[in-house]
Amino acid sequence: MYVAVKGGERAIANAHRLVEHERRGDRNVPELGTEQIEQQLSLAVDRVMSEGSLYDRGLAALAIKQARGDLIEAIFLIRAYRTTLPRFGFSVPLDTADMAIRRRISSTYKDLPGGQVLGPTFDYTHRLLDFALAAEGNPAPPVTAPVDTAERFPRVTDLIAQDDLIERNPPENPGQPVGDLTREPLAFPAERDLRLQNLARGDEGFLLALGYSTQRGYGRNHPFVGEIRMGEVEVEFDIPELGLMASLGEVTLTECQMVNQFKGSLTEPAKFTRGYGLSFGHCERRAMSMSLVDRALRADELGEERTSPAQDEEFVLSHSDNIQATGFVEHLKLPHYVDFQAELALLRQMRRELETRASTHPEAAE
Amino acid sequence: MSRTAENYRGYNFAYLDEQTKRMIRRAILKAIAIPGYQVPFASREMPMPYGWGTGGVQVTAAILGPSDVLKVIDQGADDTTNAVSIRQFFEKTAGVETTTETEKATVIQTRHRIPEAKLQGHQVLVYQVPIPEPLRFLEPRETETRTLHALAEYGLMHVRLYEDIAQHGHIAKTYAYPVLVADRYVMDPSPIPKFDNPKMDDCAALQLFGAGREKRIYAIPPYTKVVSLDFEDHPFEATKFEQPCALCGATDSYLDEVITDDQGGRMFVCSDTHHCETRRCEGHVGHLGMPVTEAAE
Amino acid sequence: MTNLSASPLLVAEGLSKFYGSRIGCRNVNFALQPGEVLAIVGESGSGKTTLLNLLSGQLAPNAGAVRYRMRDGETKNLLDLSEAERRFLARTDWGFVHQDARNGLRMGVSAGGNIGERLMGVGDRHYGRIRETARGWLDRVEIDTSRIDDKPTQFSGGMRQRLQIARNLVTHPRLVFMDEPTGGLDVSVQARLLDLIRGLVADLGLAVVLVTHDLAVARLLSHRILVMKDGHVIEAGLTDRVLDDPQEAYTQLLVSSVLAA
Repeated sequence: MYVAVKGGERAIANAHRLVEHERRGDRNVPELGTEQIEQQLSLAVDRVMSEGSLYDRGLAALAIKQARGDLIEAIFLIRAYRTTLPRFGFSVPLDTADMAIRRRISSTYKDLPGGQVLGPTFDYTHRLLDFALAAEGNPAPPVTAPVDTAERFPRVTDLIAQDDLIERNPPENPGQPVGDLTREPLAFPAERDLRLQNLARGDEGFLLALGYSTQRGYGRNHPFVGEIRMGEVEVEFDIPELGLMASLGEVTLTECQMVNQFKGSLTEPAKFTRGYGLSFGHCERRAMSMSLVDRALRADELGEERTSPAQDEEFVLSHSDNIQATGFVEHLKLPHYVDFQAELALLRQMRRELETRASTHPEAAE
Repeated sequence: MSRTAENYRGYNFAYLDEQTKRMIRRAILKAIAIPGYQVPFASREMPMPYGWGTGGVQVTAAILGPSDVLKVIDQGADDTTNAVSIRQFFEKTAGVETTTETEKATVIQTRHRIPEAKLQGHQVLVYQVPIPEPLRFLEPRETETRTLHALAEYGLMHVRLYEDIAQHGHIAKTYAYPVLVADRYVMDPSPIPKFDNPKMDDCAALQLFGAGREKRIYAIPPYTKVVSLDFEDHPFEATKFEQPCALCGATDSYLDEVITDDQGGRMFVCSDTHHCETRRCEGHVGHLGMPVTEAAE
Repeated sequence: MTNLSASPLLVAEGLSKFYGSRIGCRNVNFALQPGEVLAIVGESGSGKTTLLNLLSGQLAPNAGAVRYRMRDGETKNLLDLSEAERRFLARTDWGFVHQDARNGLRMGVSAGGNIGERLMGVGDRHYGRIRETARGWLDRVEIDTSRIDDKPTQFSGGMRQRLQIARNLVTHPRLVFMDEPTGGLDVSVQARLLDLIRGLVADLGLAVVLVTHDLAVARLLSHRILVMKDGHVIEAGLTDRVLDDPQEAYTQLLVSSVLAA
């Protein structure tokens, strides 16, 4: 005897309990602390902060723990938390020229004011599994050099701009409101502020693939890494009522300024163009990918023909968000009995109609 | 607001902050003023995934008051996992009374069905919408589809229906069947079976549609003309079933097919579980059902 | 037949279009009568496609105006029309035949659907009638009516072009723009298509603006010719006069090169 399916509530509660159990794993193994994640899985923390659009290392570490290391799930937790936070104002634009540099490289100049600073990078490591690390890793302390706090690290693009060989940064426009796609629905065509915000939150894999596609000829823009810099920047908040600028603390940022194919005409001297990438923490791959895609999306502005996916604003901006993407892909798991039933009925009807036709007009079926 | 439950301390009534709710209500008002028109709104990230009904949940959160009685269904049923999850969400965050009885509810959030019981003027039906744009699969670009709506250029939609008839002898769309609202906007009714389409027309209840990922809200105000697209010589026809519900014997409800064994055994039962239960309590018995009193033993 | 006494259907007044410092076309003037076929000829890059896009409202000029006499008799500047009016005009009173039929057809939609789209766009909601009309037009453009449910992807190049023409003519437009309608087709296929176009134009009294680099096509179809070079109209006149007695050195060159070839 069939009885309509019931018991959804209990099933959900039990599933929640089970997933908690699985998260904990073998209880004989010590539990992972969020400080350990924050300290020892710091690049995962950086990615979750970037795509979660919230700079809080502790919360990102908690999200990673709760998500069992599924970074998109962790980003989702952060986003869902972030969206409930009240917004009391906007910081003063950050000045990355004032960054306390921990890494700074340029691939356009061998040497430059401030020098190349390699910093903590995997770039020149040999990717050999370090079996000793499986037991314990207590590396030697890093080599340090005396820091000259007066040393300035001018941005490479600013140096090129001195000779007017690269397009200027767009002029400051303090009165102009900055778009925020978390507060206003995205409309097309989107201005560069919204595009950059979208890319800054975008899925690293998606940005990487799109950036890569521009290098392989799908919207080529001849990039050079003008500069990648990583370090700490102070966040300041202007309180006009009190007549003071309050420091809110420091954030770690990675900035990539791509120098791209030049543009000129009979009347205008040729200049390099720019692509810009920025991310929280140390996320070089995303900052670089972002700058490639930013440049590709400027096709219309720079009078280039839009032929490739990375240049297609609607395509890129509509599909970059992994929380939207994962939700919609995974929603296929939800029941679709009703729609499937409707299709099933139609299919049967069509087959019946064919049979009827075949039996009444046998020649038509041949 | 004061009514927040234990687990959600620190969150506002019905989860969203009041400013966000106001923003959503403004979008809803605009949607009601322009029936069938998709109003962009600043959809928030919700604690459930996109595709799980974030649009519907935001609309419900924006209109819910402490005295409302909420019913949540998915595929017509109150006890499918996602319906349970959303109902629990509002029990926790808003502390409102919930019900499975269609007649008792003031707000009904639904995925893929319209309840069988005729809706009343004091009720609001909130649909969860995956893809709000009826022209999306004919034209992928938002800039272009917005122009087509603005100019009411809907020829392409009929080309699609024409192609169905040419190929299959009839329109082959069985769910998310497009409708024309108030003689102006072509609208996607969300993936409800076309069986439910006639219920949208001249309906006493306010019908609100929320698409979270796509950031759109649209509406059918009470007693609005809603016409399913068709041809004069191939008129729209709602799906009909060849047998009654096996449990309650209903002949006028949408049926789910249930596979009963691995020998090809099938039975058809009401998709609207409340409708089915109500009928059985009233003493209706289908050919495979049993009287309610016996079943309870 | 050309009716020179009637007021013109389409008038170009001082039309200019610049792409930065490059000239698309400059100061083009002419009037097109109802039922008249005007050929715009010239080499690629001469500005004829730019002019076609200006005339059909797909491109905004930097200077000048395009005036069109609407069905109600009122003459309007295309630039003053709202987008809705322009698009309505384009799918009812105008036709546009592209060189590449893929740009003018819906390749994923059957021949019948392609022809029926305009009818449905203006509100026809009777399947049977739409189908009958589509059959009639298939017949008229010499496509076997049994192919009504086939997609253009299954059609040859010449058939696609004929289908494209049928799709445009179904709403009885008064003006059709054609961009190299026979380009890329075999010579024998071209001849058949030209014959068909000539018949339809005469039967329906269509006015046509035809862009072509092929003077033979212009001679066969057009009443009048504009010769373009570097964005300028360098010579204009009755087709026979221009082709038999070209005044400009460039036109002479064009004509002789065709004759030589």
